[in-house]
Amino acid sequence: MYQDDPEVFAPPPGQTGAAAVEILSAEKTYPDGTQALLPVDLRIQQGEFVTLLGPSGCGKSTLLKMVAGMLEPTDGRLLVWRRPVHQIDQAGRKMAFVFQAPTLMPWASVHTNVRLPLDLAGVARKEADDRVAEALDMVGLGKFARALPRALSGGMQMRVSIARGLVTQPDLLLMDEPFGALDEITRHKLDADLLDLWHKKNLTVIFVTHSIHEAVFLSSRVVMMAARPGRVVEEFRIDEPYPRRADFMVSPQFTRHARQLQDSLLRASGFNDAEACA
Amino acid sequence: MSSYPASPATKQKRTPLLARPQVQRVLYPVLVGVVLLGLWQAMVSIMELPPYLVPSPILMVKTLVTDWAALGMALLTTLKVTVFSFLLATVVGVLISFLFVQSKRIETALFPYAVLLQVTPIVAVAPLIIIWVRNPTAAMVVCAALVALFPIISNTTLGLRSVDPDLQSYFKLNHATRWQQLVRLRIPSALPYFFGGLRISSGLALIGAVVAEFVAGTGGQGAGLAYQILQAGFQLNIPRMFAALLLISLTGVALFVLMAWLTKLALGSWHASELSQD
Repeated sequence: MYQDDPEVFAPPPGQTGAAAVEILSAEKTYPDGTQALLPVDLRIQQGEFVTLLGPSGCGKSTLLKMVAGMLEPTDGRLLVWRRPVHQIDQAGRKMAFVFQAPTLMPWASVHTNVRLPLDLAGVARKEADDRVAEALDMVGLGKFARALPRALSGGMQMRVSIARGLVTQPDLLLMDEPFGALDEITRHKLDADLLDLWHKKNLTVIFVTHSIHEAVFLSSRVVMMAARPGRVVEEFRIDEPYPRRADFMVSPQFTRHARQLQDSLLRASGFNDAEACA
Repeated sequence: MSSYPASPATKQKRTPLLARPQVQRVLYPVLVGVVLLGLWQAMVSIMELPPYLVPSPILMVKTLVTDWAALGMALLTTLKVTVFSFLLATVVGVLISFLFVQSKRIETALFPYAVLLQVTPIVAVAPLIIIWVRNPTAAMVVCAALVALFPIISNTTLGLRSVDPDLQSYFKLNHATRWQQLVRLRIPSALPYFFGGLRISSGLALIGAVVAEFVAGTGGQGAGLAYQILQAGFQLNIPRMFAALLLISLTGVALFVLMAWLTKLALGSWHASELSQD
């Protein structure tokens, strides 16, 4: 690892104050003039769990994809550990992206699917296999290594996708509505698992969702976005202690945060309170 | 999967033999065949049709046995041309597809010529090829390959382009090289389309071989089934003509079955087209 920048490489016990992601007036306008995203300024600290919440069309996925380097901002800059995202491996940092759909190779076994990022990076076979086994155990799918994706349920496929994200031992995990298509129970289970992993692995997570409850349960901070044009409108700290368990979801604090987010989301969606109550 | 007792629907007794889809798939066409053959035999017998107009099915099979020396050799020749042309078309078609997907510009520039190749009737081009290529067998192989080429090109090109866009983004995010993308993503994604192309082309290769033999009209030792048909026509040996026709049809069916089997072998475990519907 490089040692030339002590601030970046300070050990991250929880939130250290070091910026993991800096979004500096990044904006996105499509060639036809549609403003997908007005300039956004956002600083995400190492170890934070930040959720981007908002109605559809608010540009939350666009913002996430810009952080990942999958989309270029029309103007402004995005830095990940003080570097353009394409250069973070030079800083010994890794980023992983989890899509809304499991996005697995249907012809390959679960094991091969999870090993993909290691194969692409040229990690030696033996080491790769060990790390895959470890990652699959982490998501509770150790027994399904030989199965093909189609033999698994939607929730299990999603867990394979998460294992594939974790196998590279990333510092930054970007998740684009990963549990949106799952049933409520599976979703709660995966949310809880995700929090455990975030804690254990000292991850920085940016999570896109349109579920208020998921946002409150998971996040240390929620960034509310609005549509037409896409923009950031409000930020909320969810200052509740971790680990959060299922009983947190029925606590008065949870309800209070959810209520706050609900009002904000309604405003962001262009409804006023009267309409919402009607 | 679960430890619940099996529901009544799944616990029912063995399906009766005639109700099984696998049995039906063979039984029904065979029944139709038997009925048609019976009608044919009956019409020939009742209306006393002379064999030089319509031979009876029994006579056809008899001729097949008595003339096997000539017909068997002819079958071998036609098979040889079909198989070689099919292999040639597959190899050339796949290479052209790889060329096409290298850049959209190459495809745009060259695709019309692939279409030109397809729409020009082979009967019209065959005499030219037979003049240019001295070896008659090679000439016939080239003709038949031209007929069989297009489905391979168009299907494989489509397949190589039909990659899940998210999966493609995932490969790019992980800095996959062009080669890695080709081998690990594009080729497996293209396989179902490729095999669809093979199925069509195997039939076309046989048609091409027969047409080429007609045009080439080569007799003697290495004469094929088409020549046998021509010859039998001149001699009004209609039973032999029917026997040769039967052999051509059976060859076509055999090729189709072989391709279906290969497809199942390659895709059976993962692709939706090969999975049972229930």
